[in-house]
Parts: sequence; structure tokens; C-alpha cells
Amino acid sequence: MRNKRLSREGRREALTGFLFASPWLVGFLVFGLVPILLSMYYSLCRYDVLRPPMFIGLENYRYLFTESSTFYKSIYNTLYYTVFRVPLVVLGSLLLAMLVERQRPGVNVVRTIYYLPSIVSGVALSVIWLWMYNPQHGLVNEGLRAIGIATPPLWLESETWSKPAMILMGLWSIGGGRMIVFIAGLNGIPRHLYESAEIDGAGWWVRFRHITIPQISSILFLLTITEIITSFQVFTEAYIMTNGGPVDSTLFYNLELYNKAFLDYEMGLASALAWILFVGTLLVTLFLFKVVGSRVYYEAAKPE
Amino acid sequence: MNRKILREGGHHLAMWAVALVMVLPFLWLLSSSLKTPEQVFSKEVDFIPDPIVWTNYTKSFEYMPVLLYTRNTVLITLLCTIGYLTSGSLVAYAFARIQWPGRDFLFIVLLATMMLPPQVTIVPLFVIFRHLGWIDTYYPLVVPSFLTGWPFFIFLLRQFFLSVPTELSEAAKVDGASHFQIYSRIILPLSKPALAVVAVFSFLLHWNDFFGPLIYLADDSKFTLALGLAVFKSNHPSEWGILMAVSALMLIPTILVFFFCQKYFVEGINLTGLKG
Repeated sequence: MRNKRLSREGRREALTGFLFASPWLVGFLVFGLVPILLSMYYSLCRYDVLRPPMFIGLENYRYLFTESSTFYKSIYNTLYYTVFRVPLVVLGSLLLAMLVERQRPGVNVVRTIYYLPSIVSGVALSVIWLWMYNPQHGLVNEGLRAIGIATPPLWLESETWSKPAMILMGLWSIGGGRMIVFIAGLNGIPRHLYESAEIDGAGWWVRFRHITIPQISSILFLLTITEIITSFQVFTEAYIMTNGGPVDSTLFYNLELYNKAFLDYEMGLASALAWILFVGTLLVTLFLFKVVGSRVYYEAAKPE
Repeated sequence: MNRKILREGGHHLAMWAVALVMVLPFLWLLSSSLKTPEQVFSKEVDFIPDPIVWTNYTKSFEYMPVLLYTRNTVLITLLCTIGYLTSGSLVAYAFARIQWPGRDFLFIVLLATMMLPPQVTIVPLFVIFRHLGWIDTYYPLVVPSFLTGWPFFIFLLRQFFLSVPTELSEAAKVDGASHFQIYSRIILPLSKPALAVVAVFSFLLHWNDFFGPLIYLADDSKFTLALGLAVFKSNHPSEWGILMAVSALMLIPTILVFFFCQKYFVEGINLTGLKG
């Protein structure tokens, strides 16, 4: 309707708009929409890049769910990683924020120190922690031996400890954006809530549980969701540090996807894996929004 | 009163104890990079090597073309950052300041693409780039950024542009200024903080990027530092001194950027509206 009434000037404005937005419009088509459609199609094909894709229906999905020996293993590893890492990282960064939330002498220096590890990522992070976890000469085990643990774990070289090792190293990076977000959230809590609670004789835990947590529940919730999504996508650490081993104990979902795509050249299978991950992530996110989300916002909005 | 002092003291103690733990890996990295192999594999934990040797750093330049890889990484990072700043700011201006049909719907589409896991497009993008003959070139790593490959940056810039008062651009419009003039003479100069945030995040993203170079680069003269370090690690898995030296070299620019641009890190997080 409105288009008909567009004046000459309005048409000019619209054209300018399209021109300004054209980098994204082109980018979205070429690097977004077309690949998404192609990926759906490839997931229904056998495709090794060299020969044209051959349509095989749902065969890739059937293979993954019923025959593949590594599919469930990689899901198990990724869920294990996520279930332990997310609460550790979210609560860890909250505790860190609580340490430096208020202005105190030296607090700015400490904040900087907490933030610094979070800018180390990818390959450098993996190589550093590979050395930290070295069973004989790494700092972690030297430290454990110094406090009397004679036979500390073999960490990345042990089937049992490889995943915990990767989860625990995540604690080094908790002082980044997450901490900043929590600091802002904590500073936003009205002081009088704490003061009146203290007058009523409420202890540290009670104040934390009944004032802090509800007041920042929306941040907790959003960070948990983003953290789950990023945990599902863990790749570089496993690729560099263990290459999935020992005995597939760190074969995470994305490593499995990478292996299928770029080692085996099973592009169809890899695309199917990508879609399963997408749907899985979507379901988990929707579930959390439905079950937890409504309560979170209600509680957060109430005290205002 | 006494209890309060005690509590304050305890708090300071905890705060600094955690800070010490956070610093330890950095010290360990630095000290290992300054040790001889004998010292690295010695039984004692020494944070200050005796003697301090620089051979790992000199050797790392022999084992691996560090300067070439640095140049490659700088080139890619720089080009990508220019791409995000130019295309990202144009598109953000279109979404913030121009009326065009479909704008609000397409903005929702843009937000939706932010949620899409990158894995979904990895395979088809590889196939597309292969058809274009772009494998083993920098095009797959750089060209997407000129077409706003990271929608998050558009979102961030748009939010900032919306906050620039409209009076200025309205006055300019009355004086006959075009959208491009308003964009380049009013909006961009006033948006330096937001542009700096994009530049800093883009730097971190591409300086450390591993997956892109891993799947698109083949010839080792084109490698980035991250890919070079990864390949060096798999060829020399127990050269810890050199591995730590290269890691340290790779970290130095990141740490420098962090110290000089610290406020933009915090600002970037606040700009995204995740303040709760």
C-alpha cells in the first residue's frame, strides 16, 4: 500500500537504503541463505567434493543414529563437557565479580589481572595448557606434588581426566566479558536491600541466595544459555591438545564434524551432523526459555 | 568495628590470592620460554630461570618463519578489520537512519543469523570457495568481512548510531546533505568509540582465528601464527621452550592492544545491552 504512495523522494530514500545495506544483502545471500539451503540438500546426499552430490534421502541420518560408532560418543563427551563446564564458569565468574564489584584500593589492578587471561584463546591457550597439564613437568602436577599428592592425574593423557582437564582450564578465562556483565549487574542492585537484610540479621548466604541471585537472575539465565551454546561448539582445544584422544575421550561433536568433513571428505554426513547440532541447540534453548525463562524474568522484574 | 576490619582484610586477601592464581600461567609461560631444555625438564619448579636464556626465541625464528607468519596474520587481521568497519558501518547506517521497505523484517533476519551455528554453513562455504578457486588463498578469510560476515558488529554499530541525536542529521538534511554526507561527516566522527570496539573485537577474532586458516590454507608460506604454531606443535611436541616462546610472541600484541584499549573492552560489553 505504502509503496504506491511513495513520492520521488521516498523512492530515492528507499534506493539509498538498499545501497547502504547492499554489503549485508549480498553477504547474507552468498554466505548465509545459499549455504543454508545447500547444507540442507547436502545432508541428504553422499558427497565427497570431487564427484557431484548424489541424493540418498535420509541415509546419512539413519547411519549416524544407528550405525556410526563415534556419533553417540561425541554427543556424550560434549554433554559431559557442557554439564560440568557451564555451571562452573557461570558461578565462577559471578564469584569473581563479587570479589571486585565494589571500589576498594587496588580493585582496578585486580580487575585487569582477572580480565587478562580471557584474551588468550585458541591455539596459544591450548598450547599453554598442554604444558601446564604435562604430567611430569607441568605446573599443575608440580603444584599437586608440592602439597603432598604423590601420584597426581595424568590429565590429558588419561581417559578419565582428559575431559575434567579441559573443563577446569576454562576457569582461567572466567574473568572476561562475563565478569564485566556480572559487575554491572551487581552494581545495579539497590544497596538498601542488603542494608535492611543485614538489620534483620540475615547472614552472607541468605543475602546471596535471596537478594543477589534473584536480582541478577536474568543475567545468570542469559549467560547460561550463551555458555551452553559455546560449549556445544568446543573445537580448538580438543583439536590441538588431544586430537580427540585418549581413546576418543575428548572427541567432541565439532571435532567429529571436522573429521567427517575434512579428513574423510564425507560432506553429506558432516552436513547432517551440523543440522543435528543446530536442532539440538535450538531445542535446548527453547526448553530453557520455557521452563526457566519465565520464572527468571518475573523474579528479576518484581523488586523494581 | 573490629569485625568489619577483619572482613575487609579477608576480602583483600581473597581478591589478591585469586589474582595470583590467574597470573601463575603467564609466569609459567614466560619462565619456560626463558629456560634451556634441561631446565624445562628439571625436577624443581623455578619461576625465575637460572640462567635466563633467550635461545628459545632465537631458535623459534629458525624453526618457523615467525616474521612471515606475523606479516600474514597482520595482513588478514587488518583487511578483515577494514572490511567490518566500512561495510558494517554502512549497513548499520541503513538499519538505523534510512527508511526503506523491508528494513525491519530484514533486521530480524540479521538477528536470526547471529544465532545460527557457524557449523551449518562450513561445508557449503568450503564447496563454494572451492568452486571459485579460492582454496589456499586469503579470499575466504577476508572477503566475507567486506560483506559484513559478522552480523554482531552491524548490530553493535546500529545500536550506537541510534543513540546519536537526530537533530544534527536533520539540520544537515535541511541544508541539503545527502545520506552519505551525513554518514561520513556526522555519524562516523561521533561513533569513534563504537568503531574502536569493532576494531578491537575484530583484531582479537582474527589474530587468534584457527579454524578458517586450518581449512582454507594449504601452502605453509601462507600460514598465520595460530596455524603455524599448531603445525609446529604437532611436528615438535616436546620442544616446550620454543612452543612457549612462540606462544609468548603471539600474545604480546594481544596484551598490548588490551592495555591500550582497555576501556573499549568494557564499553563493547555494555554496548551490546547485556547489562541486565
